[in-house]
Formats: sequence, C-alpha cells, structure tokens
Amino acid sequence: MIRIELLTPNGHLFSSDTYNKLFTMHGVVMIFFFLIPSIPAVLGNFFLPLMIGARDLAFPRINLLSWYLLVIGGLFAIFAMLAGGVDTGWTFYTPYSTTYSNTWVIATALGIFVAGFSSILTGLNFIVTIHRMRAPGMTWFRMPLFVWAHYATSLIQVLGTPVLAVTLVLIFCERVFHIGIFDPALGGDPVLFQHLFWFYSHPAVYIMILPAMGVISELISVYSRKPIFGYSFVAFSSVAIAVLGFLVWGHHLFVSTQSFFAGMVFSFLSYFVAIPSAIKVFNWTATLYKGSISFETPMLYAFGFIGLFTIGGLTGLFLACLGIDVHVTDTYFVVAHFHYIMVGGAIMGYLGGLHYWWPKMTGRMYPEGWAKLSALVIFLGFNLTFFPQFILGYLGMPRRYHTYPSEFQVLHVLSTAGASVLAVGYIIPVIYFIWSLRYGAVASSNPWGATGLEWRTPSPPPVQNFEKIPVVTHDAYDYSTTIGEVIEVG
Amino acid sequence: MASEAHAETLALREQFDTAAQQKDVATLGMWIFLITEVMFFGGMFLAYTVYRSSYPNVFARASSSINVYYGALNTVVLICSSFTMVLAVRGAQLGKRITTIVFLGLTLFLGLVFLGVKAFEWGEKFHEHHVPGPGFHLAGVPPGLQGQAQLFFSLYFAMTGLHALHMVVGAGLVITMMWLTYKGRFTAEYMTPIDITGLYWHFVDIIWIFLFPLLYLVDRHMGK
Amino acid sequence: MGPLPLFPQEASSFAPDVDHLLYYLLAVAVFFTVGIFLTIFYFAIRYRRRSDKELPRFVHTGMTLEIVWSVIPFGLAMVMFTWGASIFFNEGRPPADAIPIYVVGKQWMWKLQHIEGQREIDELHIPVGRPVRLTMTSEDVIHSFYVPAFRTKEDVVPGRYSTTWFTPTKPGKYHLFCAEYCGTNHSRMIGWIYVMQPQDYQNWLNGGSASGSMADSGQKLFQSLACGNCHHPDGRGRCPSLVGLYGSDVLLSNGATVKADDSYIRESILQPDAQIVAGYQPIMPTFQGLVTEEGVVQLIEYVKSLGKPGPPVTATPQQVTAPHR
Repeated sequence: MIRIELLTPNGHLFSSDTYNKLFTMHGVVMIFFFLIPSIPAVLGNFFLPLMIGARDLAFPRINLLSWYLLVIGGLFAIFAMLAGGVDTGWTFYTPYSTTYSNTWVIATALGIFVAGFSSILTGLNFIVTIHRMRAPGMTWFRMPLFVWAHYATSLIQVLGTPVLAVTLVLIFCERVFHIGIFDPALGGDPVLFQHLFWFYSHPAVYIMILPAMGVISELISVYSRKPIFGYSFVAFSSVAIAVLGFLVWGHHLFVSTQSFFAGMVFSFLSYFVAIPSAIKVFNWTATLYKGSISFETPMLYAFGFIGLFTIGGLTGLFLACLGIDVHVTDTYFVVAHFHYIMVGGAIMGYLGGLHYWWPKMTGRMYPEGWAKLSALVIFLGFNLTFFPQFILGYLGMPRRYHTYPSEFQVLHVLSTAGASVLAVGYIIPVIYFIWSLRYGAVASSNPWGATGLEWRTPSPPPVQNFEKIPVVTHDAYDYSTTIGEVIEVG
Repeated sequence: MASEAHAETLALREQFDTAAQQKDVATLGMWIFLITEVMFFGGMFLAYTVYRSSYPNVFARASSSINVYYGALNTVVLICSSFTMVLAVRGAQLGKRITTIVFLGLTLFLGLVFLGVKAFEWGEKFHEHHVPGPGFHLAGVPPGLQGQAQLFFSLYFAMTGLHALHMVVGAGLVITMMWLTYKGRFTAEYMTPIDITGLYWHFVDIIWIFLFPLLYLVDRHMGK
Repeated sequence: MGPLPLFPQEASSFAPDVDHLLYYLLAVAVFFTVGIFLTIFYFAIRYRRRSDKELPRFVHTGMTLEIVWSVIPFGLAMVMFTWGASIFFNEGRPPADAIPIYVVGKQWMWKLQHIEGQREIDELHIPVGRPVRLTMTSEDVIHSFYVPAFRTKEDVVPGRYSTTWFTPTKPGKYHLFCAEYCGTNHSRMIGWIYVMQPQDYQNWLNGGSASGSMADSGQKLFQSLACGNCHHPDGRGRCPSLVGLYGSDVLLSNGATVKADDSYIRESILQPDAQIVAGYQPIMPTFQGLVTEEGVVQLIEYVKSLGKPGPPVTATPQQVTAPHR
C-alpha cells in the first residue's frame, strides 16, 4: 500500500534505490512473513485440533519452535531492512542477487531460510495431527473442508519448502564463496536458479490460497445452513491443486529462453489447475441454491472472495496462455493478477475467517455494523486499486518500474486512489477488533448455529480444548442435527 | 527432531489418548521430516545432474581426481554403523540397557571415523588446490574449463558438507540417546526416541549411498 | 495527466493475433465472471434467511452437474492452450530472410548493432514490413527485451544467446522496455523503436556514421587479436579454417557433431576448450575478458561473411565434415 503512494508522481518522492528496496521488502514481508503463515499459523493452529476433536496438535513443542523460528526469521528480515535494505525483488533472480547487488541479500535470505523451516515444521505437525489425532468417528470424509485444505497446504509446505531452502543455501554459498553455480562467467546457469526458485514459489502461491479456500468453504456452509455442495469434489480439488501446483512452475519462464517444448508442456499443465479451481467456485455457488442465507460480515467476505478469486483465477488463464503471456508477463497485468489472488483471495479469506472465529477465540463479538462497512470499503478499494492495473499491464507497463512514461499516469492515479481507500478499509477492523476485546458483547459457545466440533466447546475453549473428547456421528455440515436442538456444551 | 528426544517420562503427554498413538505419531512425524530432507537434498542432486549433463567431460575428469578409496572406506564404515544402529535398537526393544549403550557407542565411533576420513579427504583437497576459490587448479583440465571443474568441486563440497552436517547432528542425537539410556529413561515398552534416532541415522546413511556413486564412481573410466 | 489509453497500439504482425486471442479470453472471462456474480446475487436474494428457525432441505450433489462444469471449462481452456501455443510457435521461428540485429543488454542500457555497421544505444531504427530477428545477450544480469506495441518479449540472459523476431507493420515510434528487474535504474532502461518507411530506412542507413559493416569491424578485430596466425583460411594452420564454417556441422574430438551457429562460435571464442574440433589440439587461449559481447557478435558476423557451408571446414583428410544438414 505504501508503495502505491509513491507511484503517482514521476518518481520525485524517493530515489530509485529506495523504491527498489521498498518493493522488495513489500514482497518479502508480505509473502514469507504474512501470507504464508497467516491463516495456518493463526487460524490453523487454533482450530485444526478443535475441528477434528483433538486436545492439541501432535507436537506442541515443535509448534512452539516453529513460532520462534518465524520470529527469528522475521528479525533477520527486519535487520536487513534497517541495515540498508535489499533491492533484488522477492524473487532474488541470479546473477543480479549473487554478483551485482550490493545490498543485504544474505541477511534476508537467511531470514527466509529460517522462516522456511518454521513453515516446514508447521506442515509436518498438521499432517501428523490430521492422520493420527482425529476424534472417534471423525473419518476422513467427515472432516471439515478447512481441515482438508490445510492438509493439502501442508503437503506443499513439506515437499516444496526444502527446495527453496537448498536454493537459498546455494545463493548464500555463491555470494560468500563465489562458487559459480549460477554465474555464467564460471559456467553456471542463471536460469537454473529460476527453475529451483519457482519449483517452490509457484506451489507457495497455493500455500497462501488453499487455507483461504478452506475458510470460505466453512463460511458458505454456515451462513447458508447447508452442507457444501459436492463435498468430496471440493475436498479432492484441494489435494489436486496441491499436486498440480508442483508441475507448473515453468509457466513463469515462458520468455526465459526455455525451449518451445517445455513452454508447451507447462502451459498445458497450467490449464489443469484451472479445473479444480473452477470446481470449487461452482460448488460454492451451488451451495447457496435453496439455502437459508444470512449476511453476517464473514459471509460478505466470502462473497467478496468468490468474486475476486474468480477474476484473479480467470486472468490466470491469460497468463497460462503462451501467446498472451509473452506480452503480459513481467507487466502490471501479473501484478494485478496475483494481487487479486493474494489480497482478494488470501486476505479476504483471512479476514472472513478471523471475523467468523473471533467469538470463539476471544469470547467476544465484534461490532457487526462497523465490520460490514469495512468489508464493503475493502472490496471497493481493492477493485479500484488493482483493476486499472490489468489495463496498465496489457498496455505494456512493466512491473518494478520506479518511473514510467506519462501515458500511463491516469490509471496509476486511479490505482493510488484505490490504495488509500483500501488502507482505510484495513484500519477499521484493527480498531474494532481491539475495542471488542474489552467492550464487545460476550459470545455464546455457538453464535452462528454452526455444526463444527469447535462450536461444541465454550468460547474461548479450555486449555485442553474439550472437557470430554466428542464422538462424531454425522457428516460435516449436517444441519439437521444442530438447528432447533439444544447443543450440549462440554 | 531433538524435541521429541526429550523423553522425560514414560507418562503419556496430555494430547494423546494411548501410548500406541503417541509412538505412532512420533514415527510418522519422523518419516515426514525425512521426506522434507529428501526434497532438500533433491535440489542439490538436481543442480548436480544439470551440470553433469552440461559438462560431461570435465565432470568425469574432476570426478576421477577424487580418491575413490576414501569414499569406499567411508561407505563400508557407514554401512557397518547402520548395522550397529539396528543392534542398538534391538537392544532397546529387549530392554537391555548395556547392550543398547554399547552398540550406540559403536555407532557413534563409526560415525566419527567417517567424519575423520572426510576431514582428512578435505584437507588433502586444500593441498591439491581443489578447493573452489582464486587458487583453484585441476590438472588435466584446459585453462578455459577450470571454471567448470570448479563447479564440480563446489557441488562436491556443498553436497558432502551438508551430508557431514547431518552426520554431526546424528552423532549428537546418538550421544543424547546414550545418556538417556544410561539414566534409565527407556524401557522395552517405551523406546520411541531411540527408534526415531535410528530412522534418522539410516536416512543419512542412504544419502551417502547416493552421493558416493554420483560423485566418485560415475564415468570414472573416462579421462584417466 | 495524459489521455486515458485502454488498449495498446498494434504495430507488428503478431499484435493482431495476440489481440484476437485476447478477445476470446476476455469473452470467456467476462462470461464466467458476470455469470457467477449474477448467480450469487440471485441466490443471495432469493434464498435469504427469512426466519431464524429456517432449515433448508438437503440438496444432493449432482454428479452430472459436477462433470459438466469440469468438462466445459476444460474444453474452453484447451482452445486457449492450442491457440496460444500456435502463436508462441510462430514467435519462436524467425523467417530466413529476417534482418539480423544484435542486442547487448547492460546495466542500464540497450546496445544495438546492425550488420551494416550502424550502432545505436537505446534506439533502434528498422524498416516497416520486413521481419527483424534479434540475437541478444547480456553483459551482466538478466534483462528482458519488451516492445508492447509488437507484443514481443524475450529475456536477455548473460552467457547465452536468445532470439526473438517480429515484423513491424506500422511506421512510428514505439516504447522499448526492460521487463526483467535488473537493478537500481531498471525503470530507466527504456528506449525507442523507430519503424520507418523502407526508403527512409535506406537513407538512415546511408547517412549514419558507421565505420564499415559489422563484418568489417569483425575482420579488424580478427586481425588485431591475431586470430589469423592460427586460423589460416586454407586450413594449413594449427587451427581449423573458418571459411564456410558458419551453419555447417562440425565433428568434435569426442565424436559428437554440433552445428556451427552463433552460440557455438561464441563459446569457441570465450571457452575454446569446451568443444574441440576433431583432429586439433586444445591450444587456443580463452578470449574471455579480451573481447566484449559486442566484439563477439562482430566476430560472428565476420565468420559468417567468410562464406556459407559447402566446402569442407577442415583441411586434414581424416576429418569428416558432413555437408549442411
């Protein structure tokens, strides 16, 4: 958000160096220290055991360790920022990052390396927990879709993150010892870095979006009082996205002198990812059919998510398409696309989930009116910010430009205006969430009339989650058992 | 994985229902951790494969220059250490404290032998100017291709270095296990940490089984 | 504030192709976006909760429906794939009669050379209606050659040649951008492409201050580096003759055969030991650091000017050099 503000003038506010450092830190912090850990670390850690009826995660100490690692990684990144910043972009493309940049690449890479281990451990913990800690009667196909989504996410974390780690180790060696793995002068191949990097970083996109999809599945079901349409399709589509995600990294490299054949294969495979994504969107929409729909704030976020994710996903098809991608890659089109997925998708999901589970986590309700207002402001501000960037991108505005030709200015101004609106939208929830901790109405154990196990224990839950481990006798989202019945607590 | 190694008590930790579940969970966790390790080394192996196929001749030449006898010796040492590890785990299963400690000790000893040989081998590289850096020179490779030969040694050091680091961690785990066994923390019913340490040890062993042929053996006949 | 453009100029033969594909994608995207938005709105209003006690009926998952809405998007996506791939295929195949231009990217400028010898910085003059083929490399980091009006982009990678091509269709002045982040002044690594009428182009070529064609400059370089001491044209030197080398198949000492293209010649100059021609000793020193990337392409042009394949590349009789293809 900050960075859009300086985009308006023709670059008088900051120097190019500062601008480059700003967008790099924006990318690094947002991706590695916010989007990747946000939903799994906050909502996942809290609710995953609750939702499958476990007292805690399988390895509470590893969980604590992963939290410390994230903090340490964050400290490295902050150190790098204060010490002088990094200007390589979050992608660290070689040989710029290894040989030419004079900034704090090592500290940042180390930070991401450490944070990566935190991510691996979280994934490991979730997988083991889901496999071994389910309550009696909680079969795989009775698990809430939030849990399924986390299972898929964890698979990616466990399989993908180590590759990023080893890549960063190589970057580190290269910078310190100049060993030449990615340096063409010594016979190395700079494009190999891109392959290794995207092998992790494309799936990483799904690390960010899958948990949000899981949240949305919960919300849609609760606020329309219906089981998710096509439960098993939605569940398996998460896993399908995770698996396919590993096969499409090459679509970031269509113009990186990759062979024509490789381009074909990656483009083809990329279209396969579209199918499970489409299945999810259609099934969510179909869930609404003949439902009993109420419009609490989380549901508004869910609607926002579906809309923005649809746009983000469909524009992804443009990028997977070889002929178009050659034109729009590395332009604002890409910037707009991934913000639609990341901000429009992941953050909408995060906010939706946070509102939905806020009463459970804190025992207090948030103020409904303010929350609805901010949801609306965020939605409008977001579209105003990023929609013009699609047009900018097709016009040919390259990304990571500090200055730009004047014909792009109108759209940049629109985008900046949108960013200010968006900023306001984000500040409101921060204020009322803090306010509600003290003054919010006291929440009952199940304010939304939901079916999940997490709602069968007091708000906030006791240390051991459940006084007695529940026995599960119904499918997830079976509303016939909850509505109109008194729900026993504990 | 060290955190699981702190097995304070026989008692079940609060999040589990049964001892069987606890053991199950720990073992599964270790397996998944090993999968992440496979991916970690996998990135290195990929880089190695790419460059090996780009510069086959120089890599074959460089590969013949490293001492296959050290490598073979270390392979034998590691395989023996895996065997003693198995015996240690068996000892623990039967609840025989002394047997367990003795075989853990043997495993540790063999692990240290491996590291010793490795250190010696690296030392030799310094003498031969085979360490990547300004002074690098590999005989028999034309001056224009020294960069590629250096690439081989960069990968050699990175891969064996990472492996050695894992060995050190493994040795640390074995020492911890010896100490805990000595303190009588384990019984025939509860010896999960030893079991898991064994898994880890075997894994590190297997990585070497891949490294040895890749770095020392492939195409050795060429460029002699 | 300038005007509000919504669509880039179409100034190359690819532009209309890419744009037509875009219309198709846009149509699909708009259809689904609007469809989903409207459906959600309709459902949200039609099935809004009317009482707190309300419990909707259970709707069974329709297998047919699931299959239908998986298969139809898949079909649409496959059309996108095939169409996009065919454009990409064309973009990767420059025609033989294309005007060659050599591009060297450097932090933070574009250096371009015409084979007639004109050299330009951050500007490129080309005639309208004729295909232009770019051979590109970088002196430092990865750059990307991007001309939005032509809908072309290709990364410029150090240590190797990448190529792209286009046929400009409209005279005018178009932006050239660097599209791969390359450091501090990345956003100033921009230039102009001038597409001119053929006559104007000819005038421009003649009017320039070119000191001889690229091949001439290459020849001068060849002499000043004393390459000719070993590379005798009659093949009697210690090194292979370069006459007729370009485009031929070369038999190497390890038994493999390579095609003598730009990349091969570049490698032979900078890393002469990497591939040794059969029957010769690896005695050539490297010219890494002695020749700039621009010099290398001049040398390549010079080698090209020494004739097309036909006569054998090497003189010693035991070496077999297959004729072209």
